[in-house]
Amino acid sequence: MIEVLLYALLAGLGVAVVTGPLGAFIVWRRMAYFGDTLAHSSLLGIALALLLSISPTIAVIATCLIMALILVVLQQQQTLASDTLLGILSHTSLAVGLVAMALMPDVKVDLLSLLFGDLLTVTGKDVITIYAIGLFAVILLFKLWKPLLAITIHEELAKVEGIPVNAVRTAFMLVIALEIAIAMKVVGVLLITALLVIPAATARRFAKTPEQMAVLASLIGCTAVILGLTSSWFMDTPAGPSIVLCAGILFLISMMKQQR
Amino acid sequence: MSRPLIKLKGLGKYFNGNKVLSQVDLNIESEQIITLIGPNGAGKTTLVKIVLGLVKPDEGQVILDTTLRIGYMPQKLHIDPTLPITLERFLKLAEPDTNLCKSALGEVGMEKHLNSPLQSLSGGEMQRALLARAILRKPNFLVLDEPVQGVDVTGQEALYRLIGQLRDRLHCAVLMVSHDLHLVMSATDQVVCLNQHVCCHGHPDQVSNNPAFIELFGAKTATYTHHHDHHHDLHGEVLEPNNTDQHSQECPHD
Repeated sequence: MIEVLLYALLAGLGVAVVTGPLGAFIVWRRMAYFGDTLAHSSLLGIALALLLSISPTIAVIATCLIMALILVVLQQQQTLASDTLLGILSHTSLAVGLVAMALMPDVKVDLLSLLFGDLLTVTGKDVITIYAIGLFAVILLFKLWKPLLAITIHEELAKVEGIPVNAVRTAFMLVIALEIAIAMKVVGVLLITALLVIPAATARRFAKTPEQMAVLASLIGCTAVILGLTSSWFMDTPAGPSIVLCAGILFLISMMKQQR
Repeated sequence: MSRPLIKLKGLGKYFNGNKVLSQVDLNIESEQIITLIGPNGAGKTTLVKIVLGLVKPDEGQVILDTTLRIGYMPQKLHIDPTLPITLERFLKLAEPDTNLCKSALGEVGMEKHLNSPLQSLSGGEMQRALLARAILRKPNFLVLDEPVQGVDVTGQEALYRLIGQLRDRLHCAVLMVSHDLHLVMSATDQVVCLNQHVCCHGHPDQVSNNPAFIELFGAKTATYTHHHDHHHDLHGEVLEPNNTDQHSQECPHD
């Protein structure tokens, strides 16, 4: 029994470490809704994986990347406001995923665990996948850090100074896709953005540099995982929502600190 | 004079079938200050973006000198309040050496703001911070998109004077976009009046008497001449006219 808890804890911490720095960028770049849209589309990825009998992790990463590219192209057209466009794609892709899964009669999926995560069914193999992908994501983010910060501050200025803006942005989307693929198991499709945004927003009041905010967000995310999992274990609450709830409570506590 | 840093030949640009720029020819020589003026929608920003390589022209050619090194000062920064970043860190994105960052801040009179959060700077301070970042790259060509935006009138004058001083110290050419005709006339070597095409260009005095210019901006603003007998320093205080008035010594007009 203790194995279940250990795997769940390791998986949760692995995901939370990556959400720190990634979530900071999502907040700075105002991409929360963008992340949400990609996360929703991962349900479509799961449906595709079932249909084609391929690895769900790979299918989710691929679907998120394709969705990100579609979004970038559509946003450049500027026929619809960005948030309208995201609203359309976010919920359409979620609906397509749900309908596609319902149309596959031989497949029995536990929808609730996809939507809200199922941390207590994580296996040793899952933990290895999470750490392999998570490590790759962190290394990528580390390499992207400075150019991405420059682009976040002013894209055209960065471009004039010689930063390959499109390459950096695409690589950043890959990091988001990777993180969504590993976070799905922990908090589920609907709560991934919460895990990205809340720890970063909580860290803001205590950070004086971008790096401090990123590291602090990771620590806050890990604290939320530990607290959430504990409450889930003793009170039999669902693990994913408990983690997000703990993150929300930590955010509320941080609000008490006087803003300088 | 030396060969031009940038040569624009017959530039044209369309957006969704609408002509934004056509047949624009322009040479930018080293150590020359050129100001682009023109009404809204005249294509000033588009022209600047073509020069910067951010936008590709549909027609014509952009010929860059091999020595060209651009320092760019964008119109405005929109930094999310959630991003904790000091001025020093902002400059370090362009130049990792702290001492060079400090001396660039010294050039624009912003030393004391080294550790200020970027979002706490006022409009004028932010423009100076952006200018410091642009000169950190040791450019021989500065591109300034509306450098005095959000700065009060005294500050604007000081900022234009600073740009002139930087040109003299760094020996760089300057291309800037401006809305306000009054102040810019005294701060520039050449004015290019743009309204999708080059209406007229030349020395500020010639341009302000040009019929095409007067038609575009009206006679009242166009015939304005500069009459200050003193200058203000960076903090708005009046300076003694004799020791700091570089302007009247250098400029042939007025």
